[in-house]
Amino acid sequence: METILGLDLPTWWFLVIGGLITGYGVLDGFDLGAGSLHLFFNKEESRRLVLNAIGPVWDGNEVWLVIAGGALFAGFPLVYGVVLSTFYVPFMLFLVALIFRAISIEFRSKEPWLWWRKMWDISYTVSSTGITLLLGLVLGNLIHGLPINKEHEFTGTLLSFFNPYAILIAFTTLSLFMLHGSIYLVMKTENRLYTKLTVIVNNCSKFFILCFILTSMATLIYVPHMTHQFKSHPQLFGLPMLAVLILLNIKRNVDARKYYTAFAYSCIITACLLILFAVGLYPNIVISTTDPAFSISIYAAASSVKSLKIMLLIAAIGTPMVIGYTVFLFWTFRGKVKLNEMSY
Amino acid sequence: MPSVEILSRIQFAFTIAFHYIYPPLSIGLGLCLVIMEGLYLKTGLSLYKDITRYWIKIFALIFGIGVATGIVMEFEFGTNWATYSHYVGDIFGSALAAEGIFAFAMESAFLGVLLFGWNRVHKGVHFFSTCMVALGSIFSALWIVIANSWQQTPAGYRIEGHDLKARAVVTDFWEMVFNPSSVDRFSHVIIGSFLAGSFLVMSVAAWYILKDKFAKHAQAMFKVGLSVAVVAALLQLFTGHRSAHYVSKYQPAKLAAMEGHYDSSAVAPMYIVGWVDNKNEKTTGIKIPGGLSFLTHGSFSAPVEGLRATPKEDRPGAVNFVFQMYHLMITIGMILIGLTLLALFLLWRKKLFNQRWLMIIFAWAVLLPQIANQVGWYAAEVGRQPWVVYKLLRTSDALSRKVTSDQVMFSLILFTLVYMLLFTLFIYLLTRKIQHGPDVSDNAEIEYDGYYHDNITYHPTKL
Repeated sequence: METILGLDLPTWWFLVIGGLITGYGVLDGFDLGAGSLHLFFNKEESRRLVLNAIGPVWDGNEVWLVIAGGALFAGFPLVYGVVLSTFYVPFMLFLVALIFRAISIEFRSKEPWLWWRKMWDISYTVSSTGITLLLGLVLGNLIHGLPINKEHEFTGTLLSFFNPYAILIAFTTLSLFMLHGSIYLVMKTENRLYTKLTVIVNNCSKFFILCFILTSMATLIYVPHMTHQFKSHPQLFGLPMLAVLILLNIKRNVDARKYYTAFAYSCIITACLLILFAVGLYPNIVISTTDPAFSISIYAAASSVKSLKIMLLIAAIGTPMVIGYTVFLFWTFRGKVKLNEMSY
Repeated sequence: MPSVEILSRIQFAFTIAFHYIYPPLSIGLGLCLVIMEGLYLKTGLSLYKDITRYWIKIFALIFGIGVATGIVMEFEFGTNWATYSHYVGDIFGSALAAEGIFAFAMESAFLGVLLFGWNRVHKGVHFFSTCMVALGSIFSALWIVIANSWQQTPAGYRIEGHDLKARAVVTDFWEMVFNPSSVDRFSHVIIGSFLAGSFLVMSVAAWYILKDKFAKHAQAMFKVGLSVAVVAALLQLFTGHRSAHYVSKYQPAKLAAMEGHYDSSAVAPMYIVGWVDNKNEKTTGIKIPGGLSFLTHGSFSAPVEGLRATPKEDRPGAVNFVFQMYHLMITIGMILIGLTLLALFLLWRKKLFNQRWLMIIFAWAVLLPQIANQVGWYAAEVGRQPWVVYKLLRTSDALSRKVTSDQVMFSLILFTLVYMLLFTLFIYLLTRKIQHGPDVSDNAEIEYDGYYHDNITYHPTKL
């Protein structure tokens, strides 16, 4: 099979999609987390400030989901169909939650009435949390493996998604995003709101550390196939070690109130956890718990070589552009958030 | 309970028809915004700044709902049409991915600057962002229409595997992108979108003129809208003809359904209005004899391939529906040309803004391009049935195999409820914004008079 820089094309696409999903986790992660924390702020002004802290960027962050979805569709169409139709009900709820989140942000400021704003505040927090938990649930099930038969058909029921491991991953994702979001907000705010957020950051980091430890243990005990890569390539053990070190660094920087550094580390740990997941899966994308032979590998699922090459070129041209817009956007809205007449 | 196929088709049709209310408005408004802000930069008049800022707020509302309902479409391919996703992923997936990476990312990032950047960036950078958002929305449409056009007129591919494992694989990327219908269909869609956006601008402006509110702002808005609409309405005649021409060449069964034409050996008329009795394969109505023959072959006496040339199981079933939708679109297109030309003439005669009756028509005319855009797509998509990928994959074979009708019923009910709520809120908030109107700068109206004396012909109190 044709290779570029020593890697075959399906592996390249695995990396591209992994990179896009990581980009999505790092970027949308903080605004989803900010959404989950929204109801912890009691005053109207505080709520407006935290909402406007993500105001100009959340839509651009969500684009990474659209691109990652498109890339999965294009690169591994078989997986796209199998995963989405298997998780039919969770994805439908996910889509509805995405709609509610978008309109909550957009509609909240349109009327001054107390009940109106309260309603959208609740809708915003519930949908943000719902999106995070559903993403975590899907991720947890993919790590755990699914009852998939020879025809790549799902043989379980809706209830089989709610296994303890997947639920744990869902809450770990939630804790990660809440930590990530709280650090972002603390960077963007000042005065009393800032002080309040420093407390929230502390609590979130405790919540995350707890989930992180539980997930690590549960993965080692209940999901042995995630560790086979690590056994055959011992140098990969550096990754979980790195994750632990970063975690300690987040705690240290949070305690020292160096929030910019802490934010950089919470970006890295989000990426690190997704890389761990990718390494554990490779070269499969969907793992069958019925029989390992029924798992869907990137080679079985990949599009044609020609298509992968064209799209790699598209990604090579497009990704720097997207990164460019993202940097431009964040640079334009750097610094502490201030309210003005165009704010939400 | 209805079958999974019926439910999935209803769900897809419903979610995409609902989604399609918004992107054409964004695309058209994007162009209007570029003109408004360009005029502001050129003249420095605060009136143009007022209307730009006003329409940006409405743009944001429309764009937001467009994004939220658009993501649904992307994921529905996988959830409800898994076999289809596998079949077309190699080709359709790449167009969709290109849309995300080249168009949507650009739109969304610059939208942040557009909305929140007034006091943060230089005027020129803000204008640049407006242009990028407008351009991004057009690129979005480009890739999506390319993907859809490939399904209408597949090109640059080869089929690999068979039965359930079969899939289309790209052999020539540019042939796939520029498949026989891409260019014609894209231009038709984009101009339809310009009409949708510009008629919204004119509708709001006409309403203000009728209510005697923001008179000068309204006149300026109306002129921007009209300048886009008059060009677009005329161009649409041309792109519409081009689109019909590709259909006649590559999807003769669809064209035959659009005109209710059955007999291949007969000269084909063009109906102004009519009714198709698909059971007896007969069409009645007011017609131009030989009209379709002339448009397809350039001769009033040439026969045109009819529906009977296609086996029954390969023809669209709802012939009358396709016929009616297609004719409704054309009728509306003609009305739009008449309306915009009339408005242009009256503007030239400096009589436009005191024609109350015409302002009432324009206030309501926002619905016309919306309806035309919707029914045009109904004709195009129902007309190509029973195929989802023309002559390659049947809609009934494209489903997700493991999804049950209970699940689809659940999601269909869910989307129906959510979209009903969404539409109510949208109309409510849009109305509120329109009632509130633009925030008028202190000296906007005085400045505007100073430059454009010829416009002060409007005296609503004297009507």
